[in-house]
Amino acid sequence: MSSVGTPMLRKEDPKLLTGEGKYVDDIQVAGQLWMGMVRSPYAHATINSVDASAAAEAPGVHAVYTATDLLGMGLWIGPLPCAWPVTPDMVNPPHFPVADGEVHHVGEIVAVVLADDRYRAADAAELVVVDYEPLPVVASVADAVADASMVHSSLESNKAYHWPLIPDPDALEAAFANATHHVDASFVQQRMIPSAMEPRGVLAVPSPHGGDITLYSATQVPHILKVMVAATTGIPESKIRVIAPAVGGGFGAKLNVNPDELLAVTLANKLGRPVRWTETRSEAAFSTHQGRGQNQRIELAADGDGKLLGVRVHLDADMGAYMMLITPGVPLLGSFLYTGVYAVPAFGFTCDGWFTNLTPTDAYRGAGRPEASYAIERAMDILASKVGIGPDEIRRRNYLAGGEHFENLDVPSTLTFDSGHYGPSLDRALELAGYGDLRAEQQARRDGGSTKQLGIGMCTYVEICGLAPSRALGGLGYGAGGWEHATVRMLPTGKVEVVSGSTPHGQGHETSWSQIVADKLGVDPADVEVLHSDTAISPLGLDTYGSRSLAVGGVAIANACDKVVEKAKLIAAHSMEASADDMEFDGGMFSVAGSPDKAMAIQEIAFGAFTAHDLPDGMEPNLQEQTTWDPPNFAFPFGTHVAVVEIDEDTGNVELQNYIAVDDCGVQVNPMIVAGQVHGGIAQGVGQALWEGANYDEDGNCTNPSFMDYLVPSPTEMPNFTLDFTVTPSTSNPLGVKGVGEAGTIGSAAAVINAVCDGLSPYGVTDIEMPATPQRVWRAIQDGKGGAS
Amino acid sequence: MIPASFEYVEAASADAAIAALTEHGDEAKLLAGGHSLIPLMRFRLATPGVLVDIGRLDDLSYINDGGDHIAIGALTRHRALETSDMLAAEAPLLRHVASQVGDPQVRHRGTLGGSLAHGDPASDLPAALLAMGGSVVAKGPGGERVITADDFFTGFLETALGEDELLTEIRIPKAGGAGWSYQKFNRRAQDWAIVGAAVQLGANPGVALVNMGPAPMRAGGVEAAIASGSSAADAAAVAAAGTEPPVDLNGDEAYRAHLARVLVERGLIEAQT
Repeated sequence: MSSVGTPMLRKEDPKLLTGEGKYVDDIQVAGQLWMGMVRSPYAHATINSVDASAAAEAPGVHAVYTATDLLGMGLWIGPLPCAWPVTPDMVNPPHFPVADGEVHHVGEIVAVVLADDRYRAADAAELVVVDYEPLPVVASVADAVADASMVHSSLESNKAYHWPLIPDPDALEAAFANATHHVDASFVQQRMIPSAMEPRGVLAVPSPHGGDITLYSATQVPHILKVMVAATTGIPESKIRVIAPAVGGGFGAKLNVNPDELLAVTLANKLGRPVRWTETRSEAAFSTHQGRGQNQRIELAADGDGKLLGVRVHLDADMGAYMMLITPGVPLLGSFLYTGVYAVPAFGFTCDGWFTNLTPTDAYRGAGRPEASYAIERAMDILASKVGIGPDEIRRRNYLAGGEHFENLDVPSTLTFDSGHYGPSLDRALELAGYGDLRAEQQARRDGGSTKQLGIGMCTYVEICGLAPSRALGGLGYGAGGWEHATVRMLPTGKVEVVSGSTPHGQGHETSWSQIVADKLGVDPADVEVLHSDTAISPLGLDTYGSRSLAVGGVAIANACDKVVEKAKLIAAHSMEASADDMEFDGGMFSVAGSPDKAMAIQEIAFGAFTAHDLPDGMEPNLQEQTTWDPPNFAFPFGTHVAVVEIDEDTGNVELQNYIAVDDCGVQVNPMIVAGQVHGGIAQGVGQALWEGANYDEDGNCTNPSFMDYLVPSPTEMPNFTLDFTVTPSTSNPLGVKGVGEAGTIGSAAAVINAVCDGLSPYGVTDIEMPATPQRVWRAIQDGKGGAS
Repeated sequence: MIPASFEYVEAASADAAIAALTEHGDEAKLLAGGHSLIPLMRFRLATPGVLVDIGRLDDLSYINDGGDHIAIGALTRHRALETSDMLAAEAPLLRHVASQVGDPQVRHRGTLGGSLAHGDPASDLPAALLAMGGSVVAKGPGGERVITADDFFTGFLETALGEDELLTEIRIPKAGGAGWSYQKFNRRAQDWAIVGAAVQLGANPGVALVNMGPAPMRAGGVEAAIASGSSAADAAAVAAAGTEPPVDLNGDEAYRAHLARVLVERGLIEAQT
């Protein structure tokens, strides 16, 4: 019986749900010192002086280091890394773990206290006196574009880079010249504060015998972190071990290389004592990168029937104060998707990256792709109303391949989509939503003068998963490859040990990988142990982000299993005195074709490979194989989401009443895990649409840094989602899998805001800024009523 | 999120708590359910030198029939209020409002006395006390005194409680079947109200507003309009008169004033039906 495709309960959960999971903060070591950060309250200021004398005398304090002290100690041989210089001339001001004479965002570290516990560290940090000279603040992209004052005093412009993707400029010009309908829309992708359940944390432990250091980090990327720590500190890579223990969510915010990690490693190394830090929630709004932060302009050119002729996009993207690991590349991850699921003859995209005196931005669930999906899907609704047809019809008229099944299709943004079949996804979503009845009820409410308007919104998204073909990353200027490594070894007892370079932080890899291995080797999933997230155990890997784990890491494991079976087959043939060509393998048993009574279990062969008493001549003992899978192409999952909202005209409140998602992530390994990813993803996208958004005042202070003001939706706010799936196997890998970690987020913000705008259309409202708060919606209604009278 | 250091005193009785307050003066703060005080301490917005924990004074946790009123011990948890049969019969507005505070975890820890003594204009329970015409009993070194709800809330996070006084009991006149409603407008179930309106009709109609001024407040104009027989819509039209609503990301003054009118009208209609 196949394990792949069954909703097996997660192996990880008993431990996690009973509090037995060990997170960084749970790991206690003798002699540890806590870091307490002194952070800038100014978004931009010169540091005149730092007086740490009182803090140094405070009880329990081991040492206080000012930024000047630290920069003078030779701890770092280079600044924090940016692995994605998107253009050769990209501006990238040096970014050290502590501010060098000038602070550039609220929360930048200006001094570090080391104390016996975190309470004393926090108390002493308050005693450090810093004399700041405030400088003009660039508190928004609009401020940055104005270029009146500089984010860093050393800059001549706040613009970091200009990145164009215009495959055929003449064709693009012609498309707009020939258009009957022209949509010109601007949207704001507000800054999002990633809010993983577990905050970030770090513990650096020098080994008692000297020379080696173990870094425990709440990270998505232990392997990348290891390389980057080596490159930044000069500590040889071979001396660094990075362990990501249980990690409580990341959503992109844990794929960075952060000041706190580099401080902990180097101070622990210097002092010979363990050094640790756990982020508080209040710090998280300043000390962890944020997501989104784009001002988008999208133009559509269409003929009289609403058939797209061209799409033109410009982004002004908010980098924040510094380039973090992939800050500049995030908008580019979306650049290829601004034509969405549609056949578009001409395409042009430009992005200007701008510095601001705000916390740096970087990847956040979907990273560039939700932004792209939002822009094109909002614009398609506007086009539909210009043409005078429904949002479903405008989509049908423009789907790639006419909504029919396709494979390996070139799209104008220069990519080749692996496979797609968009028509059935829309059909099914509308059917599950009861679309016809909803429209009838909507009309009845409007006719009856109801103050509770119904809004129905849809979105057909496509996204890029399986990051990534290493050559493609090279072409984009990214500083690493996109392969993944796997080792599969059968142990003498017949159990299977899998070593994966993919690093889970909640996704359930141990379960999914066990299912793949169970089918490939014909063993019980319970007999598969998955090792990961420790660079000493799993030395090769490129970690978890961009919905890549299954389509890259999972495929690597499957391929390694195939190699194990190939070797086992040779041993089986040798033992059974048959030709390897005549061997059959099914359900974990090797047999000779035509003689079903003669069979050997793979466990038996594994033991034989271990004893090595009777192996074919020249064969190495043990049953262990490894592979590195570098995918030939990305994978392109897709789906259609439908949101139904009720809008209270009197209060402006938007209630999400129903949500239907029909996703296609190719072949599914564990449908329960898939559904879980879709659920969480939807909630996160709905969060952006209706609740969340970091708000800044003109001085660059975040005015809603706590969970009291930064509203992350809870289950109470979510309706029961209706999920369904279509299955269009990927052509990019032998498993036919695509990836689903970000899909929900990529489809949901657009669907919800399309629903809100649909519901508000009787008031003449055509757009609403995210998050669509009650006050914003109420005001839009008032403005609409005023405009109508 | 890391509080400053403080001393901790566990009070064995109400008198011991009052003695501790007398000894430490304005350095001391009472700790009951902790759901208002501890967040303030974690933000270091409150840095009391001494915490006097009264959370284990079980003799201050009760809901009793006091004849013409219901007497409720100050340390009665919201959870006990929202599940009380006596309140369902005699003070259903209070019971319902208690069920709207925060989330289940908060309601299992938070106490009625703690919520009232905190005096937060955004809290639910002060509005219920005002609308129901309740009063509180304060105990100090010199004995007990009764303070009406109208006299109790004096300013932003300020009440008539003296530094050395402990709130021991809340008295709610029996509602006698009067119509009631609580309209809480917030964005997520567990949030504070952006604006709220508590309504109890009957012989002495009470209408109180949440988060419409520096202190929990009655909507006096609305009450007068009801008393003179105005319709719900006409009475609600003056709901925002005399208010000074806060301005934050959830709403500016004009939006909150509008919400107050909408919610009061909805509350009056619901209370009448």
